[in-house]
Amino acid sequence: MKLSEIKDLLQCEVLAGEDDLSVDIQQVVASDGMSEILAFAKSRELMITGLTNIQSIRTADVAGVSAVIYCRGKRPDKKVIDIARQKRIPVLVTPMVMFDICGILYNRGLKGVS
Amino acid sequence: MTAMELLRECYEIQGKNFDKAGEVSGEIKVVLRDLGIDAVHLRRLVIVAFEAEMNVVMYAQRGTMTLIVTDEDINLETTDEGPGIPDIELALQVGYSTASDEMREMGFGFGMGLPNMKKNSDEFRIESDVGKGTSVFSKIRLPAHE
Repeated sequence: MKLSEIKDLLQCEVLAGEDDLSVDIQQVVASDGMSEILAFAKSRELMITGLTNIQSIRTADVAGVSAVIYCRGKRPDKKVIDIARQKRIPVLVTPMVMFDICGILYNRGLKGVS
Repeated sequence: MTAMELLRECYEIQGKNFDKAGEVSGEIKVVLRDLGIDAVHLRRLVIVAFEAEMNVVMYAQRGTMTLIVTDEDINLETTDEGPGIPDIELALQVGYSTASDEMREMGFGFGMGLPNMKKNSDEFRIESDVGKGTSVFSKIRLPAHE
């Protein structure tokens, strides 16, 4: 599924990477634990997290995920968005909670990593 | 035949500076990519580096990270001035953590850091002196030498 479709499904606002929404997403890694994302992500996943600090975007970069969606309407600082732009990682924010996001994406055929 | 050293870099890590935490690993990622290290091995090493860097930032006063790349392998040594690890075997168990609430709020301290580092290394060793500090060695063999 294209990131642009996910953006519409989850009513996201795009904070970085407006021109990179055509990326194809097959798998999702969702956690507020950064080590968990580093342990399970295999690269190119969509990362969903409620953690909006600078480590979230550094984790996204190290794990090699395709995009980050912040849940529960939590918005990162400008500094975080600047790093995301520099690393070319699309960043979106949705008002939805983690459970609903995962349910919606699972129903549309996306899978988790394990 | 001995391995030929291609690169040796040393980086300083500031303890407790969460804003900068991860910058050294980011630099290492760029250095390894410029050296032409393939994506799979690069990713493994950068995960080790990032977890090690976060441990130094969270627990220690300061630390150094030394990266040595040869034509056979990538070696990363992280040494810190910190509290040390009293029981290394216990610290390597998934889920075991001594992290504070503040560390968990940063998204770390769920007892996965050291196991992640070990899993991504071909050779992994921890030496620790309680009250003085800890050294963590990681080796990742490059494709022709696995």
